[in-house]
Amino acid sequence: MNILRKKSAANVPFSETVIETLIRLCGVSSIIFVFGIFFFVFREGAGFLFGGLDLGQFLTSPEWYPTSLSNKRYGTLALILGTFSVTALAMCIAVPFGLGAAIFVSEFCSPKLRETFKVIIELLAAIPSVVWGFIGLTLMNQLIIAVFNAPIGLTMLNGGIMLALMSVPIIVSIAEDALKAVPDSYREAAEALGATRWQVVYRVLLPAAKNGLLAAVLLGAARSIGETMAVLMATGHSVNIPSGPLSWIRTLTATIAAELGEVARGDEHYQVLFIIGILLFTITFVVNLIADLVIKGIRQE
Amino acid sequence: MRKNGLTDYTLICILVVLAFSFVITGCSPKDGESVAGKATAQVIKNKGSDTMVNLAQAWAEMYTEITNTASVEVSGGGSGTGVAALINGTVDIANCSRQIKPKELELATQNTGKAPQEFIVGYDALAVYVHHDTPIDKITIPQLAEIYGEDGTITKWSDLGITHENCPSDKIIRISRQSNSGTYFYFREALLGKTRDFELGSLDLHGSKDVVEVIGRTPCAIGYSGMGYATSHVKMLEVATTPDAPYYAPNLENVLAKTYPIARPLYMYSLGEPTGEVKAYLDWILSAEGQKIVEKLGFVPLASNE
Repeated sequence: MNILRKKSAANVPFSETVIETLIRLCGVSSIIFVFGIFFFVFREGAGFLFGGLDLGQFLTSPEWYPTSLSNKRYGTLALILGTFSVTALAMCIAVPFGLGAAIFVSEFCSPKLRETFKVIIELLAAIPSVVWGFIGLTLMNQLIIAVFNAPIGLTMLNGGIMLALMSVPIIVSIAEDALKAVPDSYREAAEALGATRWQVVYRVLLPAAKNGLLAAVLLGAARSIGETMAVLMATGHSVNIPSGPLSWIRTLTATIAAELGEVARGDEHYQVLFIIGILLFTITFVVNLIADLVIKGIRQE
Repeated sequence: MRKNGLTDYTLICILVVLAFSFVITGCSPKDGESVAGKATAQVIKNKGSDTMVNLAQAWAEMYTEITNTASVEVSGGGSGTGVAALINGTVDIANCSRQIKPKELELATQNTGKAPQEFIVGYDALAVYVHHDTPIDKITIPQLAEIYGEDGTITKWSDLGITHENCPSDKIIRISRQSNSGTYFYFREALLGKTRDFELGSLDLHGSKDVVEVIGRTPCAIGYSGMGYATSHVKMLEVATTPDAPYYAPNLENVLAKTYPIARPLYMYSLGEPTGEVKAYLDWILSAEGQKIVEKLGFVPLASNE
């Protein structure tokens, strides 16, 4: 080991230096991109954020009238609640299914079946979000009308199911990796003590893979919060305080997508949409921070 | 050692190939552009209103058939998108289902040095659509204002004096458009003037066609969209300006006679006074031949107006 190091330090091939620099650049670039994006989004919205926007109204009023001629109001409470409610609903559906599927694939099914499952789950991940949105707009819309006797099927439930279907593949693949990473000796030890297969999963594997499973769930949630096209098409896109799974809602991301295209550059409305972008940034940042703290807390135990 | 040397060379080779591929892909769009330009002499770029996108597409296809000196590239995105592109100078013609705003006019002149020129290329009647099972044929503007307006008094079908059997909840589901589409602006002004807003909680759909599609699947719904988008699943209502005034159906004659109350002009904007191919294209659109396509797509042509 030592000898090798000395040798390379004395006589580093040119290509090695080039490659090392390139790889370093790639590493640094992600930091530059994140800060760059944050800087530009912030710059577009900053003018109005510090000069004129009533932040209290922005966060607590459900009245979103950005194009009113007489009385412009920029309240995003309904949009924030829309984003959170549809994400929560999606997670309620996706977490049990995703973790269940991961446990089945990694612990209970035959190797042959496992390969088939993995391919199919990856296929599910490859479906573009606009296709999910289209399914929501047509198929799921009809289904919800028929099953729940709802007047219209473009609801939070519709969006939630679409988001759940989109985040299940992420949850399954990351959770399965986490379960696979648990050393086989754990399983063998548990079985040697006379545990049944379910007891092995429940008492040994799940606690051992806790961090990875949490990461899987959080990444799935992050995908749901950020998703735009499918929720724009499937949730009805209606400024409403959500009152149940069958109410129509609108999310923060869908608002940006629907309105940014037609707004005059530099306009107040334009800047408010960027402030919503800053808000989304903050939300994801807080979610990630909480995830980090939780994982650290688990580690220290 | 020798093995090490070999891998180094392979890596360098890979890097060189990668670098070249970046250079090549970086150049190729430019190449593609010039080839297309050579083949068709000139590409007229046309962008804007979603209401007009089908119409603009039909014009472009027809025009490309009859001429070989120019081709037209059409994209939608909304009136605002078209004007924004005009301000940036990236399109030749912007389609707009509302008149350009003074601020946009000023920005465009400032940015490109040319003032946008306005052309009225046809008329669009906004039809009020309901599901075809709805037992209603007529509606007045004040009624629509109470349905759509902030703190409106009409929220149920029974408030309109009808029993809607296919809508057990009796609640009127309002279908609208995203709050900055040209259609939304026009409908709001026609109903509520400049001082009142729409009540929140409507389903704000993203396109003229989606509105009709959703209404066709939803018995409780009411909505508005261009009259060219009608299907067999929906019904267009006759509209009167006041309860005492006569009702008019959204059709060609009524729009031309200006008796149908919710009709608006459709605009095209060019950057500066149009010249060359752009002028030829606009002239053709305004000619009898171009206006025939307007009628074919369910809009109202200018011709007999002037």
